[in-house]
Amino acid sequence: MGSISVLLVGKVLPYLEQELDKRYNLFRGIDPSQRAAVLRDHAASIRAVVASSSGGPDAALIEALPKLEIVSSFSVGVDRIDLQKCKEKGVRVTNTPDVLTDEVADLTIGLILAVLRRICECDRYVRSGNWKKGDYKLTTKFSGKTLGILGLGRIGAAVAKRAEGFDCSICYYSRNEKPDSKYKYYPSVVELASNCDVLVVACPLTSETHHIINREVINALGPKGVLINIGRGKHVDEPELVSALLEGRLGGAGLDVFEKEPHVPEELFGLENVVLLPHVGSATVETRTAMADLVLDNLEAHFLGKPLLTPLV
Amino acid sequence: MDSELPALLVLGPPMVFNLFQSHYSHKYRFLNAFSSHLPLPQFLQTQQTHPSSVRAILCSPRQPVTADVIRSLPSLGIVATTTVGADHIDTAECRRRGIQVVTLGSQFAPDVADMAVALLIDVMFKISAGDRFAKKSIHFKPWSFPSGSKLGGKRVGIIGLGRIGGEVAKRLEAFDCIIMYHSRNKNPSVSYTFYSNVVDLASNSDVLVLCCPLTEQTKYIVNKEVMLALGKDGIIVNVGRGALIDEKELVQCLMKGEIRGAGLDVFENEPNVPEELFALDNVVLSPHAAAYTLDCFMDACEHVAKSLDAFFSSKPLIISPIT
Repeated sequence: MGSISVLLVGKVLPYLEQELDKRYNLFRGIDPSQRAAVLRDHAASIRAVVASSSGGPDAALIEALPKLEIVSSFSVGVDRIDLQKCKEKGVRVTNTPDVLTDEVADLTIGLILAVLRRICECDRYVRSGNWKKGDYKLTTKFSGKTLGILGLGRIGAAVAKRAEGFDCSICYYSRNEKPDSKYKYYPSVVELASNCDVLVVACPLTSETHHIINREVINALGPKGVLINIGRGKHVDEPELVSALLEGRLGGAGLDVFEKEPHVPEELFGLENVVLLPHVGSATVETRTAMADLVLDNLEAHFLGKPLLTPLV
Repeated sequence: MDSELPALLVLGPPMVFNLFQSHYSHKYRFLNAFSSHLPLPQFLQTQQTHPSSVRAILCSPRQPVTADVIRSLPSLGIVATTTVGADHIDTAECRRRGIQVVTLGSQFAPDVADMAVALLIDVMFKISAGDRFAKKSIHFKPWSFPSGSKLGGKRVGIIGLGRIGGEVAKRLEAFDCIIMYHSRNKNPSVSYTFYSNVVDLASNSDVLVLCCPLTEQTKYIVNKEVMLALGKDGIIVNVGRGALIDEKELVQCLMKGEIRGAGLDVFENEPNVPEELFALDNVVLSPHAAAYTLDCFMDACEHVAKSLDAFFSSKPLIISPIT
């Protein structure tokens, strides 16, 4: 297997990169000039691409790799990969579902609490010595609030289950209503936003869901509403979000993802009703290691002619 | 007219007082004794109020309602406090005089439980540390992920399974945590595993959550032995009282990595917090704010107002007072 050529196009856990290096003939093509050099000399031999949330093969790259058989993504979201092109060319695609569902859901609740209860601000308040001057102000209760979930997939359902432990009411928007769900369905995102206190973005990023959180939705969520984005930065019209927060048209936000990662809008830095995370997502070393193993196991299965573990295409 | 409103003597003042006053200024004539250095009888004189026309007190731990205070008010009939505890009220004297004492019930248990879970998730996934990191620069660099994994399957040892402990358990069950507890007595109506010994609880837990009151028996209930038993992957969350933990030992354990991290809403000598903690990323600090939500304060105000209403209209109190 050491002779099989694999191209890495997205940032991944160091452990994964090391293992790929050990097992395959690994080419690094994360930065564009690196990638161009690799393509010049090795395009004809590359049989696999490893992608992640920070980079994946678009149509042009897929076309440029005539021997490409499989794309294995170190992520659950595959918005960086041209799935249609993969289908056309018979290229298999795998991702890393399930191993990170619980953690992302745990983190989502943590983010909601951090925003509503101002946990990060409280921590700053103590560390700065301000507590000696007086108590911190009153914050907003989470228990009993209404949670709106955009995308009731694995992650959305896991978030809902946890929120029920806080006596929250759950409502959702999905492409199609789910007949088996006990939660209230709204047929549009604006209606969902109008009827919830906290809106969680938990759907895949596709051309339909690009900027699904726009000015209208943000205004509907309102001055007491909180937006939590654990999906993809491009789900949200970021300049609209920033202006809504600065103007007080939106009550608060907890963001793990940004439109132009790793760029973060500086205007949000001083806002006490905003919590920002550096795309933590699957949150811990252990879960990321499990994701890495899934990438490696999918590649191995493919090259041994065995069934793929978590194929999408 | 002001003089027709019943007088309410305010000591403390309670944290909720600003909110209470803004909502109920039409119902009471507030006698804000907390703002005066004068002894009570002289203060009342400045308010053109005879001690015998004071029938109700609203108080908080900041200014005790002593036997002297009670004796100086011959018509006193009700003392309301915006806390669960009544240590700051001479309840024996109240009993002798037939004075009703009204405390808060479980209004704030959900808020405190929410804080406990918030602190736990923050420590586990480094949310506050991540927020600090992300707000440092317009391009975030690679982040050092915490070790560990999801909450599911973690063994959570709750010390004090009262109203707050029960709400914490309910929330963490939804994350698939395994709940165990230590309490003065085993609770036959719950199926969680009971440990009569805190060290044993700690040895079998990944997380300890402190939800019990501070008494002579529970002071330093979490000491060095308990922390070492909890171990290097263990996390402590304290939403009880600072003195439930031996704070000096806690600081040492955190700095040396004898435990993984801590989420602390309370401290031994508030508002002073050991400064060694400020440099640590595995600690989340909160300024005794677990019950400080607007909802909670409004509930507390309503509870007090209802009790005072019932008293002033000579109706029986809806919630039984403690005397």
